[in-house]
Amino acid sequence: MQWETVIGLEVHVQLATQSKIFSGASTAFGAEPNTQACAVDLGLPGVLPVLNEAAVAMAVQFGLAIHAEIPEVSVFDRKNYFYPDLPKGYQTSQMYHPIVGAGEVEITLEDGSTKRVGVHHAHLEEDAGKSLHEDFHGMTGIDLNRAGTPLLEIVSEPDMRSAKEAAAYLKAIHSIVTYLGISDGNMAEGSMRCDVNVSVRPEGQESFGTRAEIKNVNSFRFVERAIEFEVERQIELLEDGGEVIQETRLFDPERDETRSMRTKEEANDYRYFPCPDLLPVVLDAAYVDHLREALPELPDEKRARFQGELGLSAYDAGVLSASRAMAEYFEAVKDACGDAKQAANWVQGELSGALNREGLAITDSPVSARQLGELIGRVIDDTINGKAAKQVFQALWHGEGDSADAIIEAKGLKQVTDTGAIEAMIDRVIAESPAQVAQYRDAEPEKRGKMIGYFVGQVMKASRGTANPQQVNQLLKEKLDALC
Amino acid sequence: MPMHGPARGASDMVPFAACFPFEDIRIMALEHADVLRAAHLARLGLSEDDAAHYLDDLGRILEMVDQLQALDTEGVAPLAHPLDATQRLRADEVTETDQRDRFQRCAPAVEQGLYLVPRVVE
Amino acid sequence: MHDKTLTELAACLAAGEFTSRELTESLLARIDRLDGEINSLITVTPDAAREAADRADAARAKGEAGPLTGLPLAIKDLFCTDGVLTTAGSRMLANFVAPYDASVVERLKAAGTVSLGKTNLDEFAMGSSNENSHFGPVKNPWDLAAVPGGSSGGSAAAVAAGLVPAAMGTDTGGSIRQPAAFCGITGLKPTYGRVSRWGIIAYASSLDQAGPMARTAEDCALLLNAIAGHDLRDSTSVARGVPDYTEELAAPLSGLKIGLPREYFGDGLDPEVESAVREAVKVYESLGATVREVSLPHTHYAIPAYYVIAPAEASANLSRYDGVRFGHRCEAPTDLIDLYERSRAEGFGEEVKRRILIGTHTLSEGFFDAYYKKAQQVRRLIRQDFLDAFEEVDVLMGPASPTPAFDLGARKDPVSMYLQDIYTIAVNLAGIPGISVPAGFAGGRPAEGRPVGLQILGTHFAEARLLNVAHRFQQATDWHLRRPAFAEENA
Repeated sequence: MQWETVIGLEVHVQLATQSKIFSGASTAFGAEPNTQACAVDLGLPGVLPVLNEAAVAMAVQFGLAIHAEIPEVSVFDRKNYFYPDLPKGYQTSQMYHPIVGAGEVEITLEDGSTKRVGVHHAHLEEDAGKSLHEDFHGMTGIDLNRAGTPLLEIVSEPDMRSAKEAAAYLKAIHSIVTYLGISDGNMAEGSMRCDVNVSVRPEGQESFGTRAEIKNVNSFRFVERAIEFEVERQIELLEDGGEVIQETRLFDPERDETRSMRTKEEANDYRYFPCPDLLPVVLDAAYVDHLREALPELPDEKRARFQGELGLSAYDAGVLSASRAMAEYFEAVKDACGDAKQAANWVQGELSGALNREGLAITDSPVSARQLGELIGRVIDDTINGKAAKQVFQALWHGEGDSADAIIEAKGLKQVTDTGAIEAMIDRVIAESPAQVAQYRDAEPEKRGKMIGYFVGQVMKASRGTANPQQVNQLLKEKLDALC
Repeated sequence: MPMHGPARGASDMVPFAACFPFEDIRIMALEHADVLRAAHLARLGLSEDDAAHYLDDLGRILEMVDQLQALDTEGVAPLAHPLDATQRLRADEVTETDQRDRFQRCAPAVEQGLYLVPRVVE
Repeated sequence: MHDKTLTELAACLAAGEFTSRELTESLLARIDRLDGEINSLITVTPDAAREAADRADAARAKGEAGPLTGLPLAIKDLFCTDGVLTTAGSRMLANFVAPYDASVVERLKAAGTVSLGKTNLDEFAMGSSNENSHFGPVKNPWDLAAVPGGSSGGSAAAVAAGLVPAAMGTDTGGSIRQPAAFCGITGLKPTYGRVSRWGIIAYASSLDQAGPMARTAEDCALLLNAIAGHDLRDSTSVARGVPDYTEELAAPLSGLKIGLPREYFGDGLDPEVESAVREAVKVYESLGATVREVSLPHTHYAIPAYYVIAPAEASANLSRYDGVRFGHRCEAPTDLIDLYERSRAEGFGEEVKRRILIGTHTLSEGFFDAYYKKAQQVRRLIRQDFLDAFEEVDVLMGPASPTPAFDLGARKDPVSMYLQDIYTIAVNLAGIPGISVPAGFAGGRPAEGRPVGLQILGTHFAEARLLNVAHRFQQATDWHLRRPAFAEENA
């Protein structure tokens, strides 16, 4: 039987506010345990929440970025359950009236095709603390620094049909939130976390199969692997005549498998009801318009502009707009050299290669966008040739000089374009290669093109790479043909 | 029969109970298992005997509450707050400083700045 | 000194008849001598009181005294007080020393008042008799066999017994007005949102409101001046200017339109309470007011609606008491569930558990619409009743409670206890202000019987009007000047 996979994602994004969603405690990562848990975060008797304006603005900006409906009124609810990392015994969340309504996200697949994934809604809520399981005499330690950090939970429609689509969706969300600057998107530090709902159904069947929820899948790669494992598990189960049970599962990256989390599984009844300590959040149109005007150019828009205005290929436009840092770097290179295509080639080629080799992010590149742009400019204005340019790039990468010009000067890489000088070198090479000249002369005219390569190589060598290759080619051809 | 119900000892009887013009409307009779379920959700340790005791009280409280069903509220918007106010937003500023020592003075079990609980199994 | 009003004491302090320190010492001694019998205070803070009194005297010496400087009072043990035991009347918080001050406490300190201690209450403010306190019941100074009412029973009894001239209370379903009525004092529940809830241990957040309890409306006005106002830490606190509540106290009442809700004078109302209230209304007529009957048709749905909304909110508000960060923790928990279940079973008393269970049940899956949503719809109808009535009249009047104070131990059935609050609960659901003023006695024993409270209700933010209406009554009558024999004999 052919099976179809159905995937929906719940992505939790920690918003990059200075203070918590309902208190004035810092959200900075990595502080000593409980030093950033204030009275409100601890749920001390008598404390009350007050909503952070920045959290609201960031949530709305996200909504606008995915072309979602922004309801005028949203309401906070209490989600009741007991867990040691949840100080009040309820999480303040939004069940019935979320701040962001339905929207959609465009994802780009590896073959360059695009697909729209629906977002059911996105709501604001508070993060929980952390349980530390190191052994404190058989006890667990609770750190509530993270408690109250604002989260935007983005709930997709079950629109994805493969692990690759799910990963692409997650990347798209990552790119949107980092473009907006509403999250650092750091998955390793838990700034972005993902729960995956997976089910399978026989191809052609309309109703969904029973789904399993895989909790806390916290990297793009793990999302793909967890889904692949889970799909295989479910199909095997069904083909063996079994049934998928609706449950929560945990992905174990070390064993590359998902497994049931029965301990947390007992019948939950969250008893949602409107939080009486918070009033309805009412967003007037002027406020939303103001946020809309402040939106930066988003990945989709950038990609379209890169393709349309700058004439890049769909693939190049996609890669270069995938992250805001990449796009900003590329645009700075382009502005410095004046040629979008050359800039695109260099950023994706030489620069990305070097970054990947050393595992660096583009924001940590030792070669600045301005330096790279100037270097490309020297190729365009024929100051250096392509081969020399690579040498200059390496020198910049290793900090051997501040600018392309300084390195070109120091290394004497300036291209020789003086026809007389090149002719002199050609004459010397021809004189020193009688056998090759004879072969050339004897060859049929259509095969001579290939044979010219030898002479070009020799001339370039003689010029220590500085001769202009096009000039060398042309002059050689004229001189050799004259000998025939 | 809720408020007109079986006599419960003279001193316990509410003299004005008879003024409640209600009919006998029940949503669903409360059962022992409901009490245990609520106790579990609320993490209140209750013995079987406790539960039986609460079943009686809670049953009568819910009988009283069920009188709401007599009222037609079709089309009435729920009222969550007595005033029709809206949420005020706080500027995103860090205003709190570390008061861990102070806050942990009233904590039953703390080590290395962490609150201790019996081992949580993930 | 013990039977003077705040206003009188302020005059004495200003005139230098005695110092705040002397007044404080005198009342501390009285508490020491008498409160063993009344049990109105859970914690007395003599050292802090003396320091505050000395600071007040020093301020006065420098000419920096305000209207409340050096005046003693007590605070319901539901308000967090920095460095002072804050128990909520519960075993759960029997050892909880709050690490911060409630907004009301901050404001009272800033106004130069001297807190003598924390008053007894029904556990987590759940009760109408003060019999639900982990620290034992409070006795009514008018009759030691009677309850003082609840949940602010300790505050009411302490004022009635002359241990303090005023106390802070909170009112979620009548918890200021009913004990004020039972103890023959004046108690004001302000409009929801008028006084900050920051630092008040929550019972039912959409209903809780703090207010003053004192001998006179004038004293309540003085205290409300100090505690009312916007607080950025409470989202439900209202950003609205605070008038000087003492300014309009003496305004004439001619033309005042009084409404008597038909539903507040029906079956179940004690005849002596009714006649005291009707006599009071006659006093108003003699002061130039006109009286008419009005209807609040949904009155009888208030208690059922309240016993959905309040327990639902409470069930969540009390989840934080889990034995982890503060409060009672059971001995040697074997696992997490055991820690929760035993800590909470041991820490909470019976009435609190009852309400947590009710709230948990009514919010649980399948019941939400039938209970919670329905109750909130009814809540709107109840509020509308009041808004409609205030289109026709300026204030509503009726009894604060259908009976005078009942005997300790007399009401064992929770439902009959709940029905006791029939005249006060709708006010919290609607969020309007209400005041209870002494208006006579009923029951005929001991000498004068037990006090009766007249309840006066106004529309949202009509506190100044309510205080004016109450004050004029107290200018015309002397019920508020009566003192229980207990206080007199022990003068």
